[in-house]
Amino acid sequence: MSSFWSMWIVVLTTISIVLITWLLFSNRKIKSTKANQTTGHVYDGIEEYDNPLPSWWFKMFVASIVFAIGYLIAYPGMGNFPGLLNWTSVGKWENEVQQAEQATESLYQDFMNKDIPALAQDKKAMRLGKRIFANNCAICHGVNAEGSYGFPNLSDHDWLYGGSPEQIRTSITNGRSGSMPAWGSMLGHDGLAAMTDYVVNLSKATTADDNPAAKQFAMMCSACHGADGSGNQMMGAANLRDNIWLYGGDAGRIKQSIAKGRNGQMPAHHDKLSEEKIYLLTAYVYQLSSAENTNKP
Amino acid sequence: MNHDLVEKNIGLMIIFIIIAISFGALVEIVPLAFQKETTEPIKGLKPLNAMQLTGRDIYIREGCHVCHSQMIRPLRSETERYGHYSVAGESVYEHPFLWGSKRTGPDLARVGERYSDEWHRAHLFDPRAVVPESIMPAYPWLFNNDIDGDMVGRNMAALRKVGVPYTDADIAGAAEQVAGKKEIDAMVAYLQQLGTLLKYKR
Repeated sequence: MSSFWSMWIVVLTTISIVLITWLLFSNRKIKSTKANQTTGHVYDGIEEYDNPLPSWWFKMFVASIVFAIGYLIAYPGMGNFPGLLNWTSVGKWENEVQQAEQATESLYQDFMNKDIPALAQDKKAMRLGKRIFANNCAICHGVNAEGSYGFPNLSDHDWLYGGSPEQIRTSITNGRSGSMPAWGSMLGHDGLAAMTDYVVNLSKATTADDNPAAKQFAMMCSACHGADGSGNQMMGAANLRDNIWLYGGDAGRIKQSIAKGRNGQMPAHHDKLSEEKIYLLTAYVYQLSSAENTNKP
Repeated sequence: MNHDLVEKNIGLMIIFIIIAISFGALVEIVPLAFQKETTEPIKGLKPLNAMQLTGRDIYIREGCHVCHSQMIRPLRSETERYGHYSVAGESVYEHPFLWGSKRTGPDLARVGERYSDEWHRAHLFDPRAVVPESIMPAYPWLFNNDIDGDMVGRNMAALRKVGVPYTDADIAGAAEQVAGKKEIDAMVAYLQQLGTLLKYKR
C-alpha cells in the first residue's frame, strides 16, 4: 500500500474514533438536574423525559471505543502498520497448514516406507485413504468406487490401464486419456450392424469366423483391442471379450460406441495432490479389488 | 450540546448521517480501488475467450452462482478440499464477480481441469447419473440450445468499455468461434478454465 493510502486510512480512522469519543462525552449528562425534568416537548399531553444515558449503556460505549483502540494496536488496520501481533489471514492459514503437516509427516513417512500391497493391509492407512478417495475420486468413480456410465469401476478386477500398484499410481499421477475413434462413416450402415453383431458375440465367446465383420475387425480394431479382442492395457483399449462395459453392453450402446467413438479422460493429479497422498490413494484403490475388500457390493 | 439543532432540521441531520456512515466506506472500500493487489491481473490471466464468456453468461442465466460460490477462503479446511485460496487479482476481469456467499453445492473457484469434459457433460445432463446423492437440478436444454454469436461480440465490446482488454480481432472473431456450438460446449469451456492459474498441492 502506498504511503498516501496508508495515511488516508490512519487519519480517517483516527478522526472517526476521536469524533465518536467527543460526541459521546459532549452529549453526556451526568445526572438530571431536577427530578422528572422533561425536554419541554409536549405532544397530545405526552411529555418526553430528558434523562441521562443509563450508566451501563454509557460504559459499553466507552468499552467499545477502548476495544477498537486495542484492536488497532494488536491487529493490522491502521494502514501499513501490521499490528503488534503481526497477524495476517494468509499467515494464519500457513500456520494451520504447517501444523497439520507436522502432525501427519511421520505418519506419511511410515506409509511411504511400506510397499503398496503391505500398505493396503494397514487399516489406519486405508481409513485415511477412504477420506482422500471420497474427497478427490468419488465424484466420478462413486463413493464405493463402483463407477458409473463412462467412469470405470475400480472395485472389480477389470482394468483398462492395469491394476498393478505401479500402473494405478501412474494413472493417478499423470492421468489417462483414452480415445476410441469414430468408425461410423468408415463402416457404413451395413458394416456397422455387422461389426456390432461381431462385438456383441465376442463377449459371449460365440464369434463365428465367417462373420463378414471379422476381417474388418482385424483391420480396424485389432491394433488396439488385440486380434482376439482381449484389449491392450498399454493403450487403455478395453477388453471386449468379458461382459464388463464402460459405455453399456447392449447392442444399441455398443453400436453407438463404434459409430461415434468414445473419449475417456482421467485428469492428472500430480499438481493437485502430494506424492504421499497419491501413494496412499494407490494403496487404497489397489485394496478395493482385493478379496478382503468389504466395500464391494 | 443542544440536540434541537439536528433534531428539528432534517437536512442537517441527513448531512451528519452521511458523514457518520461514510467513514467505513472511505477507509475500507476506497483504498482498494487503488491497490495493485486488487486492480492488477495475476500472472497469466487472460480475458475469457468467446466460448468461455458465453459459458459464463449461461452460468449466470441458470443461476449457478446462487448455489455455488467461487471464493476459497484462506482456511486449511477449504484449501484442502478446493485448492489454493482465491486472490483478488484473479477477478479483475470479472464483471460482475461471481464470488457468492452461499454454498448449497461445492465451491467452483478451482473446478477447472479437476474432472473430464465428459464428466461435466454427463453431470449437467443428469447430476444423479454420476453423483447419486446429488440434489443439483439437471440442465438438459443446454444440449439443444444454440449460441447467439452476435451477442457474444457485443458482450465483449461492452466488457471492453469497463476495462477488459479485448482486441478488435477478439470481438470480430467471436461469432465465428461459437458458430455451430451448443450451450453445453460453452458451459464446459467456462468451467474447465476456472481457477487453473494458481496451483496448490495438498
